[in-house]
Amino acid sequence: MKKLASLFSSSRTFQSVLILLIVLCTSTSLYLMDKSVTSFLLLLFSFLLLYYTTFSNWIKWGAGALIAFAVIPVAASGGPSQQVYMEVAVMAGIYIAMALGLNIVVGFAGLLDLGFVAFFALGAYVYGIFASPQAQALFHNSSIFPLGGESFWLFIIVGALVAALFGIILGVPVLRVKGDYLAIVTLGFGEIIRIVFNNLDKPINITNGALGISGIPQPKLFGFTFTQASHIYFLVLIVLGFVIYAVRRFEDSKLGRSWKAIREDEIASQAMGIPLVKTKLWAFALGASFSGMMGVLFAAKNQFVDPTSFTLLESITILVMVILGGMGSVPGVILGAAIISILNLQILTEITLFLTQNLHVPEVFSPAKMQRLLFGLVLVGIAIFRPQGLIPAKNKTYKIADLKAKLSKKNTKTKETTTSI
Amino acid sequence: MKRNFLTILTVFGLVTATAVGCSTDAGGNNAIKIATQSPLSGSSSTLGEAIKLGAQLALEENQEKFKKLGFTLELVPFDDQGDPKVGVSNAQKLAADQSILGVVGHLNSGVAIPASSTYENNSIAMVSPANTAVELTEQGKKSVNRIVARDDFQGPAAFGFATDNLKAKNIFIIQDKSAYGQGLAENFKKVAEQKQAKILAYEGITVGEQDFNGVLNQVVAKKPDLIYFGGLYGEGGLLVKQAREKGLNIPVMGGDGFDSSDMVKIAGKGVKNTFYTSVAADISNTSEGQNFVKKYQAKFGDKKSVQSFSYYGYDSMGVILKGLEDSITKNGNKKPTREQVRDAIRAVQDYQGIATKVGFDAKGDNKYAKVFVFQFEDKYPGKQVGVIEKQ
Amino acid sequence: MQEILSTLPQVLLDGLTLGAIYAVVALGYTMVYGILELINFAHGEIFMAGAFIGTALLFTFVDIGLALNWLTLILVLLLASLLTGVLGVGIERIAYRPLRKAPKLIPLISAVGISFILQDLVRFIAEYKTGNYIVTGQTVFENKIAIPAFSIGGYDVHASAIKSNTLVVIGIAVLIMIVLDIFVNRTKWGIAMRAVAQDRDTAALMGINVNKVIALTFFIGSAIGGATGVLYAQQYATINPFIGFILGLKAFTAAVLGGIGNIRGAMFGGLLIGLLEVFAAANLGILTGGALGAEYKDVFAFIILILVLIFKPAGLFGQAVKEKV
Repeated sequence: MKKLASLFSSSRTFQSVLILLIVLCTSTSLYLMDKSVTSFLLLLFSFLLLYYTTFSNWIKWGAGALIAFAVIPVAASGGPSQQVYMEVAVMAGIYIAMALGLNIVVGFAGLLDLGFVAFFALGAYVYGIFASPQAQALFHNSSIFPLGGESFWLFIIVGALVAALFGIILGVPVLRVKGDYLAIVTLGFGEIIRIVFNNLDKPINITNGALGISGIPQPKLFGFTFTQASHIYFLVLIVLGFVIYAVRRFEDSKLGRSWKAIREDEIASQAMGIPLVKTKLWAFALGASFSGMMGVLFAAKNQFVDPTSFTLLESITILVMVILGGMGSVPGVILGAAIISILNLQILTEITLFLTQNLHVPEVFSPAKMQRLLFGLVLVGIAIFRPQGLIPAKNKTYKIADLKAKLSKKNTKTKETTTSI
Repeated sequence: MKRNFLTILTVFGLVTATAVGCSTDAGGNNAIKIATQSPLSGSSSTLGEAIKLGAQLALEENQEKFKKLGFTLELVPFDDQGDPKVGVSNAQKLAADQSILGVVGHLNSGVAIPASSTYENNSIAMVSPANTAVELTEQGKKSVNRIVARDDFQGPAAFGFATDNLKAKNIFIIQDKSAYGQGLAENFKKVAEQKQAKILAYEGITVGEQDFNGVLNQVVAKKPDLIYFGGLYGEGGLLVKQAREKGLNIPVMGGDGFDSSDMVKIAGKGVKNTFYTSVAADISNTSEGQNFVKKYQAKFGDKKSVQSFSYYGYDSMGVILKGLEDSITKNGNKKPTREQVRDAIRAVQDYQGIATKVGFDAKGDNKYAKVFVFQFEDKYPGKQVGVIEKQ
Repeated sequence: MQEILSTLPQVLLDGLTLGAIYAVVALGYTMVYGILELINFAHGEIFMAGAFIGTALLFTFVDIGLALNWLTLILVLLLASLLTGVLGVGIERIAYRPLRKAPKLIPLISAVGISFILQDLVRFIAEYKTGNYIVTGQTVFENKIAIPAFSIGGYDVHASAIKSNTLVVIGIAVLIMIVLDIFVNRTKWGIAMRAVAQDRDTAALMGINVNKVIALTFFIGSAIGGATGVLYAQQYATINPFIGFILGLKAFTAAVLGGIGNIRGAMFGGLLIGLLEVFAAANLGILTGGALGAEYKDVFAFIILILVLIFKPAGLFGQAVKEKV
């Protein structure tokens, strides 16, 4: 095993051969077999291998995009299970994006948020209300509503903005509270949002209460409707790509460095001139906006939203993803979110079905029921044995010489421009 | 770096290794599978499990018959956890398995509505043993059927009984703010308002709470002569119990969510003077009913008490198998397609189930759905005190 | 107005009962926070475990033929609090002690994890034993005490009833609070506890065994939490594994309201929250003309929490703590 690992990290030919082999084998078996969860998982595993190769970033991203955009959808389209894989992939993508959003708040800025799902709910409800017949009940005899599936593209942005706005509204008072109090306050906020959505059917019917909003239109573009999970898949990929790119850029920006400084020591960073409240607010707003965006996608995919999708367990699930993967580590969080969501949606149910069907194990022992136990064990285990997560965060290292060179380059540039005037 | 890589590799190795054992194969050509989707975990698992076990019983009784036709029948139980996300994901999963030709499900309308779109897209027939929400069959889906009465029938029926037989004039409505409770309570309220009965208040409680003294104090203040509760037995039982402890001895009425043996267990002696509407007649005294209980407990053990949802699950499966049989004969004893099964099930006109007669109208609602009113004495099920037919 | 006043005595009594339960649970939060500066999320679950242990014990007692009277109840209370106390110490040893020096976020995550584990374990055991995790237990005191109708100053108060167990709950809760107050303020161990809460290092230098004191704090906090669980199961008869979380959250609100770390404050906060909650459930609909109903009562509890944390983070009786640099 060790030899294999060292061979892997030293030889690029070995790397590329291995990945090609895995992708080829798994995708053909996925294509040919009716149902093969194993090959689907191994195919996804190739992303992780890709991450550990020593190729340049451009090649990694290119190869990753090729697998995600072309290999997976084609390989999955072979059998009748196509929509299952796509459904799982779509949900995994939604969770990854949300976990990346929460990672900004918890991982980068060190603010424990236990009510994160509230922003997801906001996004989902914003699209749900305005794009479905619910809007007509709300604005009597208005001919503009419902907006229909074409408005989805607009609402992706609107959802993000609304969530960000609520992030700020919540943040302004809440961020005066420190540390563990913040966890409780955000938890309270999450519950308040859910209870309010559950009850806003009177005096004015805004959310249709516990009955939820049905008949939400699927996204439409130039007359094409995204009806199947395999269509939504590409949408999720594009949004996810944008989110990953944005988070990466933020991480190394001035803002990102201030977040990390605050996480390590609030007082010291305040002394260095970092505006505490403003920086924290940015974290809240940005994290929330990713979640709101995914909420819109979720509503459009399910064509139905109701408050039961936004419980505390959901917030904790997203937190588990971040903690498992590694707080503050973008690749880690992606891995954590992928593992947990696939575990939840596919592996646990498959194992349960297998156990109850083939081995006749009583229902009580089925692992799908043990979700909370599993999450609890992950949280405690990670906290005690590996607080940095599966893939620990790496801080970008700056060499003084490089920085100086960059700076002088910049200076000479500005000098040049000034002299030319 | 290397060590990290190894840890991750082992984690993934473990995960995939466990998954290897689970990739199920499609089975032979003559295997026909029917799925159930109901919450087997979570707060309403008693009801969800009753549906599954009822369906399982019906399926296993018919295995012989289908074997003669050359098909093996198999049940695939799914746990929707009462969560729409899980329900839809399961629906995709069972749609992918081409040998699955029908679904018995769900318990919660909030799960059934989004999942039914997936069934419709894949032409899988669904027969619901429990969903009363009006919307479910209003969208004109070809594959969605139900054997139970809708809220807009159950609500008015309950109101009729409350005003005619219980002489209720001032009514206090409480609902549990779940999709089921709200649907039921709102339809009750709608009729009450049309008929100009006096609604003293329309209040909500939270599922999972234990202390309803706050709302009950309001009931004490307003002095109604009937409490109508939209919700399940868990909260309903506690509500009844605490009302009696407060000295409120007025009748309490609920929907089929009260129709569980746990209702009596939770409410205790206070359950007297509690009424509920249900779509199944009381068959526990008939020989058929007693026979069913015997079969059920012989199969699943004494711990599993027979619930009304066991009958509904049994009958829903019965209807599916009836449709399946019809489509097989129509298809010349060959395995029918999903579309054929779907249409054959919708075409079922007079299937005599154990709890109800079933015949579907154009929307997939049961033409013969009746509402029966029961009164709890001190055991489950209650005494049947009224029958309301569809107008 | 007439409607509100007519049920006021009932509302007060129900509020006091619920408040007494919140108050005792809040004590557990406040003691642990005072000494470790950690929100022990698992405390609500310890309360829940107490309720289940008590119910299980009563079932066994009935099985072996013991009569249910106040003696058995006291026996159950003592046994359940002993077991939950040990549970609390175990949790501290396994999930918190290794993390005492870690960044503050980490033990909090561990606490959330423990609370999930406990919920699911209890659920599993209950479901395995009874087939359903909603368990209805035996009640010892069931007789009702009628309150006749009367009128004060022209306002009619409706006739109603309470059950005798309500008085038992309030009585035992008050007793626990008084004993704890004496223990913390008058005994040697109590002084040691306060010393560790104030400054762990200096306390250690003064010869106090810090680990022992922390373990003791967990034991006492969990034991009284478990005892309250038993009382709760007696009062409401039906319990499930998820009663602890939201109740714990409200109890924490109570602790914050009274000033976290302050034992008398927690008692006061608990009673206040209980009263407010029952009052809101009973009268929100009347006050707003039906626009907002009892379903919003939890929203009020959370809004109180948020407001207190923002405007008076030290609580009503707490002292503002300066940040250690």
